[in-house]
Amino acid sequence: MSIDLIIYLLGGLTIGSALMVIISKHPVRSVLYLILTFFLISANYIMLNAQFVAIVNIIVYAGAIMVLFLFVLMLLNLSKENEPKTSLLVKVSALISGSLLLLVLLAVFKDASFLSIENEVSNPNHGLVQNLGKLLFTKYVLPFEVSSILFIAAMVGAVLLAKRDKNIIE
Amino acid sequence: MILEKLILATIIFGISLFIAMYATYLERKVAAWLQDRVGPDRAGPYGLLQPLADGAKMFLKEDFIPTNADKWLFIMGPGIAMFTALMTSAIIPWGTDLVLFGRTIALQVADFNIGILYIMGVLSIGVYGIMIGGWASNNKYSLFGAIRASSQMISYELAMGITVITIVMMTGSLSLRDITNAQHGMNWNVFYQPLAFIVFLICSLAELNRAPFDMAECESELIGGYHTEYGSMKLGFYLFAEYISMFISSAIISILFFGGYNFPGMDAFSGNVLAILGVAALFMKIVFFIFVIMWIRWTLPRFRYDQLMHLGWKSLIPISLINMLITGLVIAFKNGWFNS
Repeated sequence: MSIDLIIYLLGGLTIGSALMVIISKHPVRSVLYLILTFFLISANYIMLNAQFVAIVNIIVYAGAIMVLFLFVLMLLNLSKENEPKTSLLVKVSALISGSLLLLVLLAVFKDASFLSIENEVSNPNHGLVQNLGKLLFTKYVLPFEVSSILFIAAMVGAVLLAKRDKNIIE
Repeated sequence: MILEKLILATIIFGISLFIAMYATYLERKVAAWLQDRVGPDRAGPYGLLQPLADGAKMFLKEDFIPTNADKWLFIMGPGIAMFTALMTSAIIPWGTDLVLFGRTIALQVADFNIGILYIMGVLSIGVYGIMIGGWASNNKYSLFGAIRASSQMISYELAMGITVITIVMMTGSLSLRDITNAQHGMNWNVFYQPLAFIVFLICSLAELNRAPFDMAECESELIGGYHTEYGSMKLGFYLFAEYISMFISSAIISILFFGGYNFPGMDAFSGNVLAILGVAALFMKIVFFIFVIMWIRWTLPRFRYDQLMHLGWKSLIPISLINMLITGLVIAFKNGWFNS
């Protein structure tokens, strides 16, 4: 009973702060609400006994990526007056792609079952580092290695792009 | 059970505040000693009441919010800084189990099995206190200070994380209690990982924003850095949070590399005596590292900003990566993976 209550409360808070990300007028406030959302998502992970995923979510998303977001926004210091104008084409394409995403999500969640939470919680060692590591290096070793190669490729690409820009300036 | 943990948490909270308070006194005395001065000696015997006088002064100052500041974020900034500084102490193992009134009490508030990652997580959100405060002040020097501080902290977190991974590889556990127990007696990690220890110490200094890495508040360039606009107890919170983090990171250095509550000849004792001696040993190590951090501050001049980034990205990260590789090879060799 009490666990159910906590899960519903957390879910409500998560959705609420995610909505505030869109509703807030000021971009920096938006990002701060997004950080709060990441913390609440981590809390949800902990409720599912996935401690490792929860803490990695905080370290990587809340701790590193959102700091960079905040960085850029603080340097730009966006406000109503100097907000970049978006053309009609961009707005229409945003609307179309957004509706397409909604359609896909609806199609996914129409048949999804939400009963699996019980099974996850029943095994307390499920989300621990040891089990996760073993799974990653045995059953899921190919996807794991492929995704790390993808990351390296992305990093090399980013460095290359930054270098080329510098050469042009010089 | 919950009551026990609550009492323990309150005691640790009190001790953290007390040590941070006297760290400010110690800092002045150490500075005075290194510069051949006397230091504070007016309030009480040997100036021992100086921290109380400072605190009273902070509280009595006018609480001021600049007109163009973002009010709520301006208030939140020091709060977040203080909160993240205090949060880490929850998972530090202070000693072996204590038996009181027939109950076994673990001297640790929470033993997560992700212990060390929790510390990295709290460290990585520690940036927000400085960033939010610096931005909300609506002052360009504050903003510069905040940006410098956060980029520095993100850069040094990487090398720090890699050195922590080497320790985790040697122990095979992320829990701080397991890491401590693996260093029984004099079997400390610093003898196996001297390079990792040096990298970790440098990174902790950078994470603490202390000299020679105090780019965030360097007076000669940025007036006061991210807390230029702060006054009264809000400024006090920022300064105090720094001393609390200093205490906590000294504790973490002692646990990861200097055996935590282990001390040579600990097998001769058992039970409560061992627990108390262990706590005393840990606190001696902590005070020693607080002193080392102060010693470095009053000895070395400040880095230039590009030198700081150069050191972080081009020296510390490669060194810690190579160190991790060698550690991995030695562990594989010991386990006989090359014999088959």
